[in-house]
Amino acid sequence: MTISVAMTVNGKAVSGKVEARTLLVQFLREHLGMTGTHVGCDTSQCGACVVHVDGKSVKSCTILAVQAEGAKVLTIEGLAESADKLHPMQEAFRENHALQCGFCTPGMVMSAIDMVKRHNYQLDEATVRRELEGNLCRCTGYHNIVKAILAAAPAMKSAGV
Amino acid sequence: MTAATGIGARVLRTEDKRFLTGTGRYVDDLPLARATYAYFLRSPHAHAKIKSIDISAAAKMPGVVNIFTGKDLVDAKVGGLICGWVVKDKHGEPHKAPAHPVMAVDTVRYVGDTVAMIVANSHDEAKDAAEAIKIDYDVKPATIDLATALGKGAAEVHPEAPGNLIYDWEIGVKADVDAAFAKAAHVTKLDLVNNRLIPNAMEPRAAAADYDKGTGNYTLWSTSQNPHVLRLILSAFVLGIPEHKLRVVAPDVGGGFGSKIFCYADETMVCWAASRVGRPIKWTAERSESFQTDCHGRDHVTHAELALDKDGKFLALKVETIANMGAYLSTFSTAVPTYLYATLLAGQYTTPLIYANVKAALTHTAPVDAYRGAGRPEATFVIESIVSKAAAEMKIDAAELRRKNFIPSTAFPYQTPVALQYDSGNYPPIIDEAMKIADYKGFEARRAEAKSRGKLRGIGFSSYIEACGLAPSQVVGSLGAGVGQWESAQIKFNPTGNVQVMTGAHSHGQGHETTFAQLIHDKLGVPMDQIEIVHGDTATTPFGMGTYGSRSLAVGGSAIVKATEKIIAKGKKVAAHLMEASVADVEFENGTFKVAGTDKSVPLAQVVFAAYVPHNYPHADTEPGMDENAFYDPANFVYPAGTQICELEIDPETGTTEIVAFTAIDDFGNIINPMIVEGQVHGGIVQGVGQALMEGAVYDKSTGQLISGSYMDYTMPRADNFPSFKLGYKTTPCPHNPLGVKGCGEAGAIASPAAVMNAIHNALAPIGVKHVEMPATPLNVWQSIQGAQRQAAE
Repeated sequence: MTISVAMTVNGKAVSGKVEARTLLVQFLREHLGMTGTHVGCDTSQCGACVVHVDGKSVKSCTILAVQAEGAKVLTIEGLAESADKLHPMQEAFRENHALQCGFCTPGMVMSAIDMVKRHNYQLDEATVRRELEGNLCRCTGYHNIVKAILAAAPAMKSAGV
Repeated sequence: MTAATGIGARVLRTEDKRFLTGTGRYVDDLPLARATYAYFLRSPHAHAKIKSIDISAAAKMPGVVNIFTGKDLVDAKVGGLICGWVVKDKHGEPHKAPAHPVMAVDTVRYVGDTVAMIVANSHDEAKDAAEAIKIDYDVKPATIDLATALGKGAAEVHPEAPGNLIYDWEIGVKADVDAAFAKAAHVTKLDLVNNRLIPNAMEPRAAAADYDKGTGNYTLWSTSQNPHVLRLILSAFVLGIPEHKLRVVAPDVGGGFGSKIFCYADETMVCWAASRVGRPIKWTAERSESFQTDCHGRDHVTHAELALDKDGKFLALKVETIANMGAYLSTFSTAVPTYLYATLLAGQYTTPLIYANVKAALTHTAPVDAYRGAGRPEATFVIESIVSKAAAEMKIDAAELRRKNFIPSTAFPYQTPVALQYDSGNYPPIIDEAMKIADYKGFEARRAEAKSRGKLRGIGFSSYIEACGLAPSQVVGSLGAGVGQWESAQIKFNPTGNVQVMTGAHSHGQGHETTFAQLIHDKLGVPMDQIEIVHGDTATTPFGMGTYGSRSLAVGGSAIVKATEKIIAKGKKVAAHLMEASVADVEFENGTFKVAGTDKSVPLAQVVFAAYVPHNYPHADTEPGMDENAFYDPANFVYPAGTQICELEIDPETGTTEIVAFTAIDDFGNIINPMIVEGQVHGGIVQGVGQALMEGAVYDKSTGQLISGSYMDYTMPRADNFPSFKLGYKTTPCPHNPLGVKGCGEAGAIASPAAVMNAIHNALAPIGVKHVEMPATPLNVWQSIQGAQRQAAE
């Protein structure tokens, strides 16, 4: 049995027919072909699949597509203003070598943006490390991810994003 | 070149933009029209006979396209998976080589062994159908515990390996070592377990395959660190598809750490089945499958003894190790606990006599093979643990004992007693710098201050050496490697002056697209944005060995440098003709050919254009085009070395360990991109600290079920487990490769387990704790403290 869903993804209205068990991440990757959001585990631990749903960071492997009915979804593909102008968090990841293989990166960036906003652009190292509890990276040892997020917070504030 | 982007510059990565915008292309991301999806049914038992497999109900399930079992492979005469390194035992006999069927035929040998492949129109339908396959298993006793795997009564894993023994191997002369021990003033003894690890690259393994019926060509996309080697194995040994009819592509790959070197059953099946299904097949491991079926790492049980004279000079080292191979021999498994382990047991020291005996054992667990460092972390852990223990026993400062035994800088090249000849190094300045940055002098004051807060503070050293840049073909060939370990490069200029560089190495996080471009920019003066590094596709890159063993720059980068020399040599001929000068008078500098002593010059781009549009060209002795190949086979391994110092605090009430400071000073030879090198060290340290404090594969010792089979049960290092790291460098360039580089990819993981555990033992020694095994989890540490307190009370 299929169910119709409709939502807004990166500002565009999208719709599709899914099974009841279809996860949001499956809808994004397999139905919409938006493969920037990754799946790294099956226990909601790794955070590679984090997207924003109505402005909040959500693990898209832990929500059904039908639960996002009518929602505004933002994924890594919708973050940069243009091909040449990255979001300050993306830019900070690049400047600080906060990614290596790139697989955890989309989820890291989406979590990090939400983290900065929830803390009103004011973060210290201990807070960033604690807040990254839901995102695993096997390459960077987190050192440069922490640096990038600390650098991005004031940059996001001054850019007004 | 410009200082901002050439060798030694902190150049931001070219590859980052696609990874940051969600436009990377990993195997699971490939859009393949009409694709089917595979799901593998795995054994739920560690050891069982398969009495029957009934697929009839599953075959009728919705969406099912095909179901294959081991019997189909036998009927199709598919070969078994291979182990590519022959290790000869102490009697000169090759290791036991039990069959490794791609899918189990009549026996399953570990939880996760592949039993059936279901191909359906969707992943979910394939998975649903798998549940409808009925298998009648006759469950047998299993051998899980490594320590008893070679003992009498252990269940046999393969009839070809009686007593579960793959080899009993040795290096060194035992009688000489025994004689040295007889004269020793002090002998330190150590029993330790090097805990089994699960690699956990964040991208799960994946494969996709397509078969073109018209041409008979197969394309296999795989999460591989070495696509050419995978193609060679599949063609020559397993599937028999002619090599020119099989293209293997490793696109963006999300981390490897060794686990994506090997040829696995799943990718083999996906490739084989593509022609039978007649539609593309996609497969991506679920994380639970990765835990069960990725090759695991480490897993040694070791007894070691170090003999010292009264002043603390090392006289001899004796090591006995049992190494777990798992249920089947994976691609490089046999080499890891022998040639990549025992040959490193000299460490940074002048220990004149070393004897090591290694027994490789089969167990009913997942195969064990190379994992970041592969043998060298295990060796470093033995040496650096026993050296620190000896220092504590003899009441000599741990740094002082190391310094007393370091190979002096004047002794290079230095022949160790365990086969390797170290090419270069200078160890004392490294430990000096580490101690300065870590403020070693101030440690006792910090320990006292921590004590006032009820915390136990400790400090630990680890001075490692490793042999990487795999590898000199002659050397590894004489040691039993099935293939040479050189690397290739092709530099292909296009008529408009931009350049594609094809490498046999593969980048899955290491940043080759940037580092290798820096080499081209530096040597040829081509702007960075005019350079593309091409890797990971057997159709477009020259045969090469891939990326592992910190080899990409030392071997692959050297091949690129050799190819730039060929480009310059050819360019000089063309430039000489264009400038009407003698070739001998032409010089090349900053991207321009010049006639010495004149103001005549011609830029490389113009020479390239002339080579492709050869209207005015020296046809008599020069072919058109600007496209050169080079192969580089090193003269020796490279030998990075360094010292790490870990400082930590333990809460005796909870057993919780907090790392408060971590310093790493390394000698990686010359550095091309310091930003990328730092990233490699950070990641390596965290993987090593993960081993020391939290990670451990746990099998139920009777049933062989993998208890640590998900991220809920296997503790991965997280951001809040660490402080920021302090790094530094002391450089001795490698004398035998053109870049003077050593490897940096594994060093962090090689050294850090010993640094952490030495710090833990240092912290707990005052309260009488003698030994803590890895992983030093809060429970483990707390129990050790309780045990020591009980003992003190008795």
